[in-house]
Amino acid sequence: MRRRNQRLMIIGVAGAVLALAAALTFAGLRDSVVYFVAPSELASKAQPGQRVRLGGLVVEGTVRREGTTTMFSVTDGAVEVLVRTRQELPDLFREGQGVVCEGEYIPGQLFEADRVLAKHDETYTPREVAEALKERGEWKGGAAP
Amino acid sequence: MEGRRRAMIAEIGAFAATLALALSLAQGGLGLFFQQSEARAAAAAALAQAAALCCGLAFVLLVTLFVQSDFTVAVVAANSHIDKPLIYKIAGAWGNHEGSMLLWCFVSALFGAIFASVRGSQSLGLWARTIGVQGLVTAGALTYALFLSNPFARLDPAPMIGSGLNPLLQDPALAAHPPLLYLGYVGMSVPFSLALAALLEGKADQAWARVLRPWTLIAWTSLTLGIGLGSYWAYYELGWGGWWFWDPVENASFMPWLVAAALVHSAIVTERRGSLASWTTLLAIMGFGLALLGTFLVRSGVLTSVHAFAVDPQRGIAVLVMLAVALGAGFGLYAWRASTLGQPSGFAAVSRESMLVWNNFGLAVAAGVVLIGTIYPLLVEAFGGGLISVGPPFFNATVAPLLLLLFLLLPLGPMLTWRKGDMSAALLKLAPAAILAVLTLIIALVATQWRAAPAIGLMIGVWLVAGGFIYIWTRLQRGAGKLSAKIALLPLAVWSMSLAHIGTGVLTLGAVAETGFRTEQAVALSPGEGVAFAGRRITLLEVGSVEGPNYSATRANFRVDQTNGAAHALSAERRYFTTSPMPTSEVGILSALDGDLYVALGEQVRETQGAWTVRLYHNPLVHLIFIGVTLMALGGGLSLVALARKRRAAS
Repeated sequence: MRRRNQRLMIIGVAGAVLALAAALTFAGLRDSVVYFVAPSELASKAQPGQRVRLGGLVVEGTVRREGTTTMFSVTDGAVEVLVRTRQELPDLFREGQGVVCEGEYIPGQLFEADRVLAKHDETYTPREVAEALKERGEWKGGAAP
Repeated sequence: MEGRRRAMIAEIGAFAATLALALSLAQGGLGLFFQQSEARAAAAAALAQAAALCCGLAFVLLVTLFVQSDFTVAVVAANSHIDKPLIYKIAGAWGNHEGSMLLWCFVSALFGAIFASVRGSQSLGLWARTIGVQGLVTAGALTYALFLSNPFARLDPAPMIGSGLNPLLQDPALAAHPPLLYLGYVGMSVPFSLALAALLEGKADQAWARVLRPWTLIAWTSLTLGIGLGSYWAYYELGWGGWWFWDPVENASFMPWLVAAALVHSAIVTERRGSLASWTTLLAIMGFGLALLGTFLVRSGVLTSVHAFAVDPQRGIAVLVMLAVALGAGFGLYAWRASTLGQPSGFAAVSRESMLVWNNFGLAVAAGVVLIGTIYPLLVEAFGGGLISVGPPFFNATVAPLLLLLFLLLPLGPMLTWRKGDMSAALLKLAPAAILAVLTLIIALVATQWRAAPAIGLMIGVWLVAGGFIYIWTRLQRGAGKLSAKIALLPLAVWSMSLAHIGTGVLTLGAVAETGFRTEQAVALSPGEGVAFAGRRITLLEVGSVEGPNYSATRANFRVDQTNGAAHALSAERRYFTTSPMPTSEVGILSALDGDLYVALGEQVRETQGAWTVRLYHNPLVHLIFIGVTLMALGGGLSLVALARKRRAAS
């Protein structure tokens, strides 16, 4: 009988830990998932205050630096969105190339990015960017990623 | 004449690799269908050694091609450059997809040969079958390497100078990172082979676990070192001030690490007590599955990662097929045969065994959560839910609390005896550690104005470190004699375990402090200008240019004035390589006891003549992260030595 109680207790504790892990996981997936949007979808898809990833090509000639703030425009061929960031741009950031910006959209104004991702590999375009560009018929890359 | 001899190297390499494929297939066949014949098994072992020799030859020839800068070979042309320093020419051989896959094959064949050469007291069936499964693993990897990513493929016409290794990868830590990681990934293949052999045998007993333990330790220790080096590289090379980003590529190595850590512990239970045999085999199968999944995630490019590798869906699918075959065979055999393994020996709810079960439970759940977070974007996309990403907030909110909960129990484990332990006695011995930990909690809460998460993290770090020392202390209480004599007589296994556990605590302290209390600031500075940051004054002295062997750089020199009047020089660079359009950052790091001052040079500010953007970070206690990882790996290494000594003493 004692052994049986012990076993029940162990199963109970294990179940509780599993339930905790599951709860944490689902809560985490609900709250911290970040959606990817193209510039033309930004106004319709992004709620104010919601974190999203904005992907597209950096428009040539739009990069401006003021002190530690950088502004540039990102396009998917249809819509241009102004992006502002206080972050250091990644080494591979370049005009005319693909970029993914993570942050919040301030409707009617600009996209405030606190993370700007470009790739380590210069031949690589972020996959989301490639998909968005392909949808718009703007894809110029060689092999499809 | 010279040219023709050179021209043959790639062909000989491809031939050696093909030969290795044939040999390892034969090794697989003979090992699995050995028909109880000692001679057949011995032949399989000899084939394993021959396959390793051929693979080794192929790999050495690939390195030779890189050293000679033979740009008629596609991989060399794409990843090497005539001006590159020799060490990076050599490291270039595995700094690319094709070469690294050949390295994968070589390590797999080498482990197979080592296993085949050291039979010890293994039964014929276990030994032969393990050699057989390992042969099939090597054959699968070689098939992939030869047919989908042939490193010896020629290029016509050949370029003159090559396009150079990605400059970010030209770094000593990163030269050693892939081989160590592969030792870990492929190291998981031997436990996998052993698990399948045990299932085929229908026997996973204490002798089996004795064979298994060193291999799991090799895999875990290599993974620890490989991940640690990768993290250290990301810290000082990427210029982002961080050391872990919960990136899919990092998770890909973290999942097998968690399972390997669980396996290291469950194998102890199986060896000492004979229990958990079936769970241990399952872990070994899952560990190798996750190692393969890691390769798939990294190589297929299905996940958007801040680390980048070229993308090839065909290769990704091939790795996925290998994964399906390995896991299908593993889980299938497990479902069919696992019931034959059981030989449970009982243990009480409070015992060393039960603590190790909790350890395994915690690590496995953590690995599962990381897996869900990593592949969730794939699942959502597959079911038409759009493109999403799961970032650090998810993992910080899920994995961190789970691991901290697990660490709360960790110091108790060694304090309990096998079969049935005495919890109150263990708690009493650990009381000083608990008091120290609670004091830390209170001080941290007050000092941070009630920020609970980092305070709890620091408490658990102190609990782990103090608990580790108390365990050593209680072991020294046993027996009589002088303390120095008892220290010398303390078994190596006690040291190795305590080092690894203390290392876990040190790593926790560093990780929590760095994540919770890091400060950063971006400023625009002209030469002569200074800024106050993290209790120091940082002045930009001048910006000039310097020439390296295959790059030119902009270098900024800084002076750092401490509050106590001491001054230090610090410099940060941006390097521009002739072979690549992307510049790289060389950050300036000033280490002190309280942590690192970290300075990254940005770009010149266009509007203000002569000003540069500079990013400043203060990373408190960040060195504890890397010290902790080193201690853990040292613990793993010492544990291997202890096992080898025990085996020698036994024979």
